[in-house]
Amino acid sequence: MDGVPPDVTYGLRGDVLTRLMPMAAVVSPSGHIRVAGPTLSRLHAGVPLTGARFLEVFGLIRPGPVSSMAALAALAGRRLLFQMRNPAATPLRGHVLPLEPASLAGGGLAAGGLAAGGLAEGGLIVNLSFGISAPGAVRDHALTHADFAPTDLTVELLYLSEAKAAVTEEMKALNRRLHEAHQDAAQRALTDPLTGLGNRRAFDEALLRTIAAARRGVPFALLHLDLDHFKAVNDTLGHGAGDQVITAVAGMLKSETRAGDVAARVGGDEFAVILAGQRTASAIAGLCTRIIRHIERPIPCSEGTARISASIGVCLSPEGFELAPAALIAISDAALYESKRNGRGRCTIRPALRDQPDPDRETPPQG
Amino acid sequence: MHGLINRSIQSFLRDTYGDALWAAVAQECGVARSGFEAMLSYDLALTETLLAAASRHLDKPRAALLEDYGAHLASIEPVRRLLRFGGIDYPDFLQSLDELPGRARMAVEDLILPDVDLRPGAAGRFAIVLRNGWDGFSYALAGVLRTMADDYGALALIDVAPDGSTLRIDLLDESFAEGREFRLAAGAA
Repeated sequence: MDGVPPDVTYGLRGDVLTRLMPMAAVVSPSGHIRVAGPTLSRLHAGVPLTGARFLEVFGLIRPGPVSSMAALAALAGRRLLFQMRNPAATPLRGHVLPLEPASLAGGGLAAGGLAAGGLAEGGLIVNLSFGISAPGAVRDHALTHADFAPTDLTVELLYLSEAKAAVTEEMKALNRRLHEAHQDAAQRALTDPLTGLGNRRAFDEALLRTIAAARRGVPFALLHLDLDHFKAVNDTLGHGAGDQVITAVAGMLKSETRAGDVAARVGGDEFAVILAGQRTASAIAGLCTRIIRHIERPIPCSEGTARISASIGVCLSPEGFELAPAALIAISDAALYESKRNGRGRCTIRPALRDQPDPDRETPPQG
Repeated sequence: MHGLINRSIQSFLRDTYGDALWAAVAQECGVARSGFEAMLSYDLALTETLLAAASRHLDKPRAALLEDYGAHLASIEPVRRLLRFGGIDYPDFLQSLDELPGRARMAVEDLILPDVDLRPGAAGRFAIVLRNGWDGFSYALAGVLRTMADDYGALALIDVAPDGSTLRIDLLDESFAEGREFRLAAGAA
């Protein structure tokens, strides 16, 4: 402190004191509240604090309970935590400092409530504040600007708390929108826009997952389907009709395959299907026959009627067996090529494993 | 320009003049119909384009549009509350305006407002000079101050001087009317 001797005493009227520190209390050596700041009194819900015993209204939580004024005085200068014994159990941060008894001649704290004709008696001054419990306390006791000294930062704290909440809400909402947009974009990247089936990328990812499952014992079959006479549709009826045909075929594949299967459009008029789970070669042959028959039915388009067929190649992968995706695709491609070479409109099934029992190598559609 | 400003202009246009007006203005400026993100940053030129398009569609001068925008902004409850924190009564609120840029940054770190220089004059008159910022804020602030006068129950004449950066305030009566209630604790009954 510059130049002012520390033992000079200043007279401070009680009402000046409580305007400076609206949450202060002057406590007599006997432990009675002589003066209480107006905001502190508001926390006490209208029951006057003056005359009450300080330690009965305010319990000391940290460092720990005290039962005498002497014990409280011994904690002078330390950071303390009180809890008000009101229903709200308002936590209050505070510190206590001793008040020196003043002589009649000198200055001293002339507090209200002194015994008539008595000397200024000393005791303790306690200053309290809310700390981070401010928002709750302000709400519980309906405190206003006027309840805080102009230098008090409680109002600033409330402002900051409210502004932060608003900004956090906005950030959360932005994150939600970004996440949804990301998911939409990821979905679009895997989808064929014309048919809604997965595209080549989606198929490649699904195949990797299927191979991983096969490692754990789940068999599958890989089906490669190529339309026959599709180019003629584009040439005679136009590309609009071509799109309608592709869409129709996609619909047929969706209806002929099960929930766990994955159908994808992997080329202009090429489709691939992963058939999940155990299926016999003849069951697969039957499925291919149904698909081809369905595709061979005349397809009405706005520009005319399209007549197409399909060639299919299948690679059968038994359980516990693992080949790289490229190898499996090569086998189904080779089977597809064989179907094309042998007259189209048919299905060829090949085993992935060389010493698998060889299924019927070529299954022309019946009838 | 901070997204909060663009987004609040968007809300102002939509709330006051309807979805169709906003959609037309947005399309003209190349802004998606969903509009601006409050927490992102945009080119200032885009804000000017937006205002020019709105001004043309509504046949309203830019200054008048910005004043209406400011008035609307201060009527949005969360914004109104944050402004009310600034002062116990209207004179106190006016006196605290030089803290406005600091308060804004305390709330949103990258929301940069112009420096505010409050100059009291004679008998209830004030001048507020804005510096180092977008000139649109002068007109918007005039609108804000008019709405806040009502909010506090004060009667004041406010306008922007021809220089575009000085606000002139004539506080006629600080407690002309009751004013709206403001409780310090958010969400209080």
